Amino acid sequence: MKDLNIVFAGFGGQGVLFAGKVTAYAGLLAGKELSWLPSYGPEMRGGTANCSVCISDEPIGSPLVTAPNVLVAMNLPSLDKFISAVEPGGLVLIDSTLIDKQVDRTDLSVFELPATALAEEQGLRGLSNMILVGKLFQQACIGSAPTAFCTEEILDQAMQKCIPARRAAMLDLNRKAVSLGAHL
Amino acid sequence: MAEKVLMKGNEALAEAAIRAGCHHFFGYPITPQTELAAYMAKRMPQVGGTYLQAESELAAVNMVLGAASAGVRAMTSSSSPGVSLKGEGISYMAGSDLPALIINVQRGGPGLGGIQPSQADYWQATKAGGHGDFQVLVFAPSTVQEMVDLVSDAFDTADKYRMPAMILADGMLGQMMEPVVLPEVGEKRPVEKPWAANGHQDRRFHNVINSLYLTPEKLEDLVLARYERYKVIEATEQRAEEYLTEDAELVVVAYGASARVARSAVNKAREQGKKVGLIRPITLWPFPKDTLKAAAAHVRKMLTVEMSMGQMVDDVRLAVECAIPVEFFGRTGGIIPTPAEVLGQIDRMLTE
Amino acid sequence: MAIVFQKPHALTDAPLHYCPGCTHGIVHRLVAQALDELGIEGRTVGVASVGCSVMSYDYFACDMVEAPHGRAQAVATGLKRALPDRVIFTYQGDGDLAAIGTAETVHAATRGENITVIFINNAIYGMTGGQMAPTSLPGQVTQTTPYGRDTNTAGYPVRVCELLSTLDGVAFAQRVTVDSVKNVNIVCQAIKKAFQNQLDGKGYSIVEVLSTCPTNWGLSPVEALDWLRDNMLPYYPLGVYKDVEGGVKK
Repeated sequence: MKDLNIVFAGFGGQGVLFAGKVTAYAGLLAGKELSWLPSYGPEMRGGTANCSVCISDEPIGSPLVTAPNVLVAMNLPSLDKFISAVEPGGLVLIDSTLIDKQVDRTDLSVFELPATALAEEQGLRGLSNMILVGKLFQQACIGSAPTAFCTEEILDQAMQKCIPARRAAMLDLNRKAVSLGAHL
Repeated sequence: MAEKVLMKGNEALAEAAIRAGCHHFFGYPITPQTELAAYMAKRMPQVGGTYLQAESELAAVNMVLGAASAGVRAMTSSSSPGVSLKGEGISYMAGSDLPALIINVQRGGPGLGGIQPSQADYWQATKAGGHGDFQVLVFAPSTVQEMVDLVSDAFDTADKYRMPAMILADGMLGQMMEPVVLPEVGEKRPVEKPWAANGHQDRRFHNVINSLYLTPEKLEDLVLARYERYKVIEATEQRAEEYLTEDAELVVVAYGASARVARSAVNKAREQGKKVGLIRPITLWPFPKDTLKAAAAHVRKMLTVEMSMGQMVDDVRLAVECAIPVEFFGRTGGIIPTPAEVLGQIDRMLTE
Repeated sequence: MAIVFQKPHALTDAPLHYCPGCTHGIVHRLVAQALDELGIEGRTVGVASVGCSVMSYDYFACDMVEAPHGRAQAVATGLKRALPDRVIFTYQGDGDLAAIGTAETVHAATRGENITVIFINNAIYGMTGGQMAPTSLPGQVTQTTPYGRDTNTAGYPVRVCELLSTLDGVAFAQRVTVDSVKNVNIVCQAIKKAFQNQLDGKGYSIVEVLSTCPTNWGLSPVEALDWLRDNMLPYYPLGVYKDVEGGVKK
């Protein structure tokens, strides 16, 4: 596989760290080398939060992604902060419900998904992150993309790892959100 | 082989300590190591151990001193400002020949500094952990798996030489998650500690754990004896990883989080056909002088990369005995250098 | 010939270094006697503190740990948590317990650590040569209060038993003194009780012993006892400040 260097970014509480964790676990279950590095500190409680996820065939050097080839942006400050750092040819997933701005770079594959609105409509409040994860996996992690490293089954197992058994009801909602995102 | 799990560095340190037989943790909350204490608070009751949130770092480290005096494996953890406070207990433990583990998940300083990752406590850890003539063992992991492995080694080495050991990590390693394989519990037998103050049971004269010697000759003798032990440690316990150094013209020297950045830069340089390698000290005390000195015989230049204003670079220069130029590149205040920045320095040095 | 009086087994043969007339020696003996009478020397670990009594680790025959200044109760906490079936006591002066170690004292007490604290209050720093202690009296002349302790600038003395008795974790707090045979007998009972409480799992027990420091007070041993009675007793009333009978700490 080609190395995946992902930045998930948004407000604290939108589940960006969780989205990164599911992705990291998929890497683990697929037998890849990986790292997950969160921003930490006061910004976790209300400000902006982000995490870096690296997945590779080789041991991960710096886990801090400074030039992502995938950016998942869940609010405008995050898009503004990271968009110029994305590698040419990179993939950008945007929650267009919350980001009312076009990406002016032409060297990127940009997907604008109304994830928050869709989550509300579909009874998946709070799972806009997993709608974006669904799209992320469909585009970059599963199938024929050069960065693909896993399967739908592995993604499902990763969600099982990240959601405690006592919150089993959440697992089905997460599955639904991922499936919704993958088919957008 | 045991299952690979995804764990945060801070939590992996805690679980590894429990599995290494440490059932006594005393701490005080501070970012970015708090997950370690929280994990201990959850796990210690499950294994019948002690988790105690002390009133201060001073109290915590001295509770460790007490538990270590009793002969059990004990530890505390903190981040830079808190480790400064622990300096008192560390010096007393060194002076009382007590084994214990102190973890420093470093953040930016001085003062309250910041909460982002840093390596600016290298001097404190290796040279000035407290007052007096003494050393502590200092281990510098650079992956979450190595955090797990070195916790066990640190306890074993501390017990072997009866001295405190430190894991010098940083906020990046503490906060990041990586896959780890945890060791089985109880793979090792507890070490006999006939010196412990645990009640003489009317079977021996009283044991005294103490660091006070009012007769200068007596104190000097004890310090000299301790330094004889340090010599053995320096001769036998140095550890470093060499990466692509065999044919290297330039070697980057970095530990912990910086070593990961340096490794990425070395890989990029190699892709460009540049003969660059990496030496990664795993023990910071004893410093792996032998590896560096040997490398200096066939390397043209060295570049030390640290998340500080340049602290370990002094030891690198001493180790190579000025045989080759040793330069420094670093970021500080909580900034992690990028592989591109390091590569820029490599390119500059190779063309100079 | 019948033995009517002898040195307790829990004291070693090391000669005490204390000044003539200093009451540390009496209190050492009473602690050792309590260990003997309860038969617990072999399973006791004492914590010596920084101050005149620092070398008590050479005098008590049980296992001993010498703590950093002020940290005796933190060290004792570590020992007790590691060795819950052993008896742990600290032996501390006023500077150690009520100045540099106030936080450790208050928090060990409020946690209800099941330990025994022997607190020597002689209203002065002895080892360093007679400086103001947290328990020095208003107006008391010391090396660092040469015009007498001025409460406007140096504040007021700390009344430790009164302070600690407000904490739920404290099982027993008694202030005693060793100025007379009658009072020595009371100290004897108080110290024994403070150890018995630990054996019974009752929690934190402290005995504050008002003591003399003839050398640094600049008085003869007899005058020092008078000074204690005339000046310390009115400020530090003797008595039991807390006694949680029947309560057993888990």
